[in-house]
Amino acid sequence: MGLTNQSTGVGVLGGGLRIERTTPDDRIIALTGNPNVGKSTVFNSLTGLNQHTGNWPGKTVTNAQGKYRYKGRNFILVDIPGTYSLMANSVEEEVARDFICFGKPDAAVVVTDATCLERNLNLVLQTLEITDKVVVCVNLVDEAKRKKINIDCKELSKRLGVPVIPTSARSGEGLKELMDAVYEVSIRNHITDPIHITYDAPIEEAVQALETRIWELIDGRINNRWVALKLLEGDAVLLDSLGRYLKFNLLEDKDLCFLVERAKRQLAEKGVNTDELRDRMVSRIIDTAENICSRAVTFENKQYNSTDRKIDNILTSRAFGIPIMLGLLAGIFWLTIAGANIPSEMIASFLFGLEEKLTDFFLRAGAPGWVHGALVLGMYRTLAWVISVMLPPMAIFFPLFTLLEDLGYLPRVAFNLDNLFKKACAHGKQALTMCMGFGCNAAGVTGCRIIDSPRERLIAILTNVFVPCNGRFPTLIAISSIFIGGTVGGAFHSLASTLALTGLILFGIMMTLLVSSILSRTILKGLPSSFILELPSYRKPQVGRIIIRSILDRTLFVLGRAAAIAAPAGLVLWIMANIRVGDLSLLTHAAGFLDPFAKLLGMDGYILMAFILGLPANEIVVPIIIMSYMASNSILELEKMEDLRQLLVSHGWTWLTGVCVMLFSLMHFPCGTTLWTIRKETQSVKWTFVSFVLPTAAGILVCFIAANAARLLGLA
Amino acid sequence: MEERLIPLNFLPLGKKAKVKELTSEGAVRRRMLDLGLISDTVVEALQKSPSGDPTAYHIRGAVIALRSEEACKIMVESL
Repeated sequence: MGLTNQSTGVGVLGGGLRIERTTPDDRIIALTGNPNVGKSTVFNSLTGLNQHTGNWPGKTVTNAQGKYRYKGRNFILVDIPGTYSLMANSVEEEVARDFICFGKPDAAVVVTDATCLERNLNLVLQTLEITDKVVVCVNLVDEAKRKKINIDCKELSKRLGVPVIPTSARSGEGLKELMDAVYEVSIRNHITDPIHITYDAPIEEAVQALETRIWELIDGRINNRWVALKLLEGDAVLLDSLGRYLKFNLLEDKDLCFLVERAKRQLAEKGVNTDELRDRMVSRIIDTAENICSRAVTFENKQYNSTDRKIDNILTSRAFGIPIMLGLLAGIFWLTIAGANIPSEMIASFLFGLEEKLTDFFLRAGAPGWVHGALVLGMYRTLAWVISVMLPPMAIFFPLFTLLEDLGYLPRVAFNLDNLFKKACAHGKQALTMCMGFGCNAAGVTGCRIIDSPRERLIAILTNVFVPCNGRFPTLIAISSIFIGGTVGGAFHSLASTLALTGLILFGIMMTLLVSSILSRTILKGLPSSFILELPSYRKPQVGRIIIRSILDRTLFVLGRAAAIAAPAGLVLWIMANIRVGDLSLLTHAAGFLDPFAKLLGMDGYILMAFILGLPANEIVVPIIIMSYMASNSILELEKMEDLRQLLVSHGWTWLTGVCVMLFSLMHFPCGTTLWTIRKETQSVKWTFVSFVLPTAAGILVCFIAANAARLLGLA
Repeated sequence: MEERLIPLNFLPLGKKAKVKELTSEGAVRRRMLDLGLISDTVVEALQKSPSGDPTAYHIRGAVIALRSEEACKIMVESL
C-alpha cells in the first residue's frame, strides 16, 4: 500500500536517496535479492514495524527503509528492488546497482532462495564484483529441507569468500546469525576474501590495460576492475551514473579514452565485439555459479519438484486450468457473500442501536435539531453504514485472497491467461496487476511497475479500473443479493448472487481485454514485448501470519481510509439534503437535473449523483443513495437488508436498475486516490484524463444498451 | 550438426534439450542470459498454458514461462 512517508534527516546517498541516521555511527545495509525469495519477509522480520516506504528519487520504483538495533548499534536496512541481475536491463536493476555501487552501504545482504540457489548465485557473484562487504543469506531453508535439498553453507562460504547464513525468515530461524554476520562485516570490518572471477585471456588483458589509469583517476573509490569491465562494455547508463557520482566524465580523460578505444579494438580483432564480450562475461559468471553449486548443493531427491509439477499439471492444464481458476474466484466470492451476511447485520443492528442512544443523548442535552441532524443523521449514519457493509466482506475476502497469493497461485493465473493478453497485444503480467486491482485499484496501478515495456504498462494502468476493487465490492454484493439473490430466494440466494457477481467480474475482465486490444490498435500501437514469467514453487502458507497481515495491512487500512472520507461526505450530504432552494433541497435539485440522462442509463438522478459525489471513494456510493432517499422518506429505519430492499423498491428500483447500477459501478471513473496514483505513475495529465474518460464512456455505453434493450424487449 | 538444432518452442513436453545458440539480440538476449540460458544449459519443457502458449520450462532449478516468440529464438539440441 502506498503509505508514503517523507523522510527528513541527513545523509544523501546513492541515486539521491535520503537516509535518516539518528547517529553518525548508524550502519547502512543494502538488502538485495532475486524476486520471490522472501526478501520482504527478511526485511519485515528484522525491522518489524519500524519502517517506511517511498519512491526512489525520480523513479517509479518503491523503496523501503527500516531500522533495527543489534548489540547496541543501529542498522538501517535499505530494501533494494528484487532483480535477477545487476546488468541494468531495467529501471529496478539500475536502481539496485547504483545503490550498491554509489550508495556506499556499509554492507550488502544478498537474500537467495535455497531451493533455487544456482540461479540466485548469479546476483551474488555480480554483487561481489562491485563490493566485498557482502553477506549471503540463504533463505527458505525449510522449503529446501522439505524438498530434500542439502546446502553446505560452510562450503558455500569458503567458495564465495564471504559469510553465508542459512535462514528461514518466516519462522525467524537464522536471523540472529544473520544480524551477527552483518555486524561483523559492517562494524568490526571482518575481512572477506570474495571469489574473483577470471574471464578469458583477451578480456583479462584488456582489463589490465585500463586498471592503472582508472586507479589514478578515481582513487579506488569504486572497484576499478569492475569499472574497467563496464568501460569495455560501453555501458552508457552506468557511465552516466558514474559521471554524476564522480562529478566528472571518466572518458573525458584523454589517456583513458585512448586506452579504452585501443582495448576495444584489440578485443574486436580477437573476435570479441561488445555483444560477444557480454555473452562471455555472463557465461563465465553462470559457469562459476554452476561450479560452486555442484560442490555445495546436493539433491537427495532428484525429483524434488515433482509435487509442484503434479499440482501445475492440474492447475494449468488445458482441461481444468480455466475452470479451476473460475471456480476459485467464485468460491472466494461465495464465502465472502455467504459469510458476510450475518456479521454485517449484527454490526448494523449494533451501530444503529447506538444511533438511537446518540439521538436520545442529543435530545436530552437539548442540542438544536440541525446539530443532531448533521452529526448523527449525516456523519454517524454514513459511517455506520460504511463499517457494517464493508468490514465483514473485507475481513473475509482479503485473507482468502492473500492466501492464494501466499500459496504462489497468482503467477499461474498470469500463465493461464497470458495468451488472451497477448492477443490483445498486452502483457501477461497484466493479469497479476488485475488481481491486485481486486484489492485496491490504486495498488493495482502501482503494481503495473512490474511490466517493463512502457506501452504495455500504460495499457495495464488505463484498464485496471475494470476490475472492481473492495470499495465497490460491498455495493456489488449488496445489490446483487437484493435484486438477483432476492428474486431467487431460499437456499439458492447466495449462490445466485455469487454467480451474478462472478459473471460481472468476467465481464469486467472481458472489457479489460477488449479495451486493451482497442488501445493497442489505436492510440497505443505496438508489438507485444518479451514476456518472461517465473512460476515460483508452491509454498506452505503461514495462515496465522496471513490473517494478521491482511487484516492489519489491508482491511483496516482500507476501512480507515473509507471512514475518513465517509464521515465528512455524510456531513456534506446531510447539508445538501437539508438546505432548501425554493421548495426543494439542493440534493433534489441536483438529482432532478441529472435525472433525464440517468434514466437513459437505467438509473435515476440520485444514483448518478451518488456516483459523482462518490469520487473520493467508491465505498460511499450506496450510503449516499440511501441518505438521499431517506431525506425524502425520513421515517424509515434501516436495520436489515430487507429494509434496504424496501427503500430501494419504493423509489422505483427494479432488477434492471440493480443490473445497471452494478454495471456502472464496474465501469466508471476511478476514485480520487486511483486518479492521483495514475497521475503520479504516468507523469501525465493527458493519460490521467484518458483513464477517467475511458471507463466512464464504456459504462455509459453498456448501461445505455442494457437499459434500452431490456425496455424494448419488454423485460423491465 | 546444424540439422539437429530446433527452436525451443518445438521441444515436446517432458523432453530435455541443450541450449546451443541464442538468435535474439539486445535486451531480449540479455534477459535470456540472465535466466542462465548460456551454451550447453539443459532445459526441459514442462507444461503448456491452457491455450497452448506460453510454455513453462525448467531452467537451472527455476520454472520460467516463455512465449513462443521468445522460445523460437533459442536454438536447442534435443537430448
